Amino acid sequence: MPADGLLAASWLLIALPLAGAAVLLLGGRRTDRWGHLLGTATVVASFVIGLLCTFQLAGLEEKSVGVDLFTFISAGSLDVRAGLLYDPLSAVFVLLITGVGSLIHIYSIGYMAHDPGRRRFFAYLNLFIAAMLLLVLGNSFVALYVGWEGVGLASYLLIAFWYTRPAAATAAKKAFIMNRVGDVGLTLAIFLMFSQLGTTSYSGVFGSVGTLAGGTVTALGLLLLLGACGKSGQFPLQAWLPDAMEGPTPVSALIHAATMVTAGVYLIVRSQFIFEYTSDARLAVAIIGTITLLMGAWIGCAKDDIKKVLAGSTMSQIGYMILAAGLGVFGYAFAIFHLLMHGFFKANMFLGAGSVMHGTNDDVNMRHYGALRKAMPVTFITFAMGYLAIIGFPGFDGFWSKDKIIETALSQNLTLGLCALLGAGVTGFYMTRLMLLTFFTKERWEPDVHPHESPKVMTVPLMVLAALSLLGGLVLLNDWIVTFLSPVTGEAPHEDPPLPALAISAIAVIVVAIGVALAWFLVGKREVSRTAPEKVSVFTAAGRNDLYGDAFNDLVIVEPGKSFTGGLAAFDRGTVDGGFEGTGRALSGLSGALRLAQNGFVRSYALSLLAGAALVLLALVVVNLA
Amino acid sequence: MTLTWYLVLAAILFTIGAVGVLVRRNAIVVFMCVELMLNSVNLTLVTFARAHGTVDGQIMAFFVMVVAAAEVVVGLAIIMSIYRTRRSASVDDANLLKY
Repeated sequence: MPADGLLAASWLLIALPLAGAAVLLLGGRRTDRWGHLLGTATVVASFVIGLLCTFQLAGLEEKSVGVDLFTFISAGSLDVRAGLLYDPLSAVFVLLITGVGSLIHIYSIGYMAHDPGRRRFFAYLNLFIAAMLLLVLGNSFVALYVGWEGVGLASYLLIAFWYTRPAAATAAKKAFIMNRVGDVGLTLAIFLMFSQLGTTSYSGVFGSVGTLAGGTVTALGLLLLLGACGKSGQFPLQAWLPDAMEGPTPVSALIHAATMVTAGVYLIVRSQFIFEYTSDARLAVAIIGTITLLMGAWIGCAKDDIKKVLAGSTMSQIGYMILAAGLGVFGYAFAIFHLLMHGFFKANMFLGAGSVMHGTNDDVNMRHYGALRKAMPVTFITFAMGYLAIIGFPGFDGFWSKDKIIETALSQNLTLGLCALLGAGVTGFYMTRLMLLTFFTKERWEPDVHPHESPKVMTVPLMVLAALSLLGGLVLLNDWIVTFLSPVTGEAPHEDPPLPALAISAIAVIVVAIGVALAWFLVGKREVSRTAPEKVSVFTAAGRNDLYGDAFNDLVIVEPGKSFTGGLAAFDRGTVDGGFEGTGRALSGLSGALRLAQNGFVRSYALSLLAGAALVLLALVVVNLA
Repeated sequence: MTLTWYLVLAAILFTIGAVGVLVRRNAIVVFMCVELMLNSVNLTLVTFARAHGTVDGQIMAFFVMVVAAAEVVVGLAIIMSIYRTRRSASVDDANLLKY
């Protein structure tokens, strides 16, 4: 239904941060002094508008509001209108993006205080917020695509924020290129929709996707899955996510943990009307999610870099969401629920890691931490909230959301469910390891490092996020959010799980407890060396190398690609260039031979003349005789 | 009266001229041989003009003479200047304009 009231102005949500980015980028150094304040203000304003819009939406009968803006593309039978769609799903995302985004903007004021590029940083962050809001608010796949590419650009700019570091510049290029691979899938899906259905708007595709052949719908689903894999760091396009941690820590928190990387989950849940028609593609989604959740957990166990452990855990948690989204109507709401909870506790922990780095001269090696709980009490307490939330300690965020996913997975597909349960145990292990190495055990600080608590502007956002990690799950208890999302995700038919929900929760808690205990015995009780041990098992070695994702890509994509282009170049040089240059050389050789006739001797020219005349005469005679 | 004698004479003169141009190196001799060829052609033109009872051939012969006179002026001047710079009148020595 068309929008009225504040919802009609929901385009302001996108316009404000976009204007902020424009002012900061075009204003240049003149805005250095107040640029960070403007950048933060636009996002906070968006959050307030989003909150009011959501309240208005909650009071409406029909929970889906369209805002028609303008004609975006009009060519022949292609008519794409730019418009926004405000429904429970986008509302949840708007609040997550602007809410967590506001906190991270505030935090960044302190974190980036000494960076000469702070204004540029806020400009890019604003650009990201605007693009991400467009991604979740657009009412067609084309609008989603514009936002999708916008966040890709912002992600690239922010990973390479410290572009003078070769590692950051390389990581940014890697992220951009691997995202392109996924984007090809999304692009092809949009092309397919247009060629088969003639429309790309959600309502149009929703109305007519049922008329397509089964194979086409499956292809559509798999192409969308490829797009989701690229953006969300899912197997087999996961290799860019750990490297993306080269960016400033608030970026890792906002983009590569809380919001942008969850766009793949949004895409699948938003396209649920397509996935409802193809159980094959849905199964593929669930399997990809399961593989990634185990891979991410594995990587998280082996890393010593605090941000890379969190990156592995991000992959793993998004794997849970993708798994839930692959379970169809049973799982969509839980995927979004977990996404929201993950947004809180992961942003909390990333910002906490940033706070730790702030106090330890930007050291990221956990083997150089130890016993930081006394030096940084606020960071410790808030981080602990995030930790308890991610491992699923009863009462915290992860307990409510992850249990629901495990429970649903167990009742839908036992194998995937058991894998998810195993993943929960491993999560307990590696997060406990991180906690122990960072805040407990003995001091292993570098000689010139004097850990200290971060300023208020950084700790207050941490406290807010910690409170959300503790209370978010309680406030949004799955019943409420499932009801709120049901206009979009559909109502799941009631099914009895194989075991009572309470029993599954108990099992999950026990599995996590085993993981925690294992970490205590393997890490907490032992002496931790300041350098990583050289002799490690193959499993640890594989985890340290991101499960050889880069080597795999090199072997399967890069090397064959190089050979192929090498072959093409050789063909070009040998056959094409050779043909042209050979013709040229033959002609110039021939003319070189003919040129010798021009020897400068007048008498030889005279002889040629005579011979020519004789020849003409002879010809005339012959012709006359014939 | 037959044309044959005149034409054979003209052919002989032309051949002498042509052979002279081809085999002699002295530019003056080559030049005279060219004149010989031109005049053998003139003889042919006049012969046929007489045989046909028209004056076309004779007019052509006059043209040839005029052109030959002009050619002599230019040609001798070139030979003179080449001789002055190279101290040689051999056509084989003036072979710089080549490939």
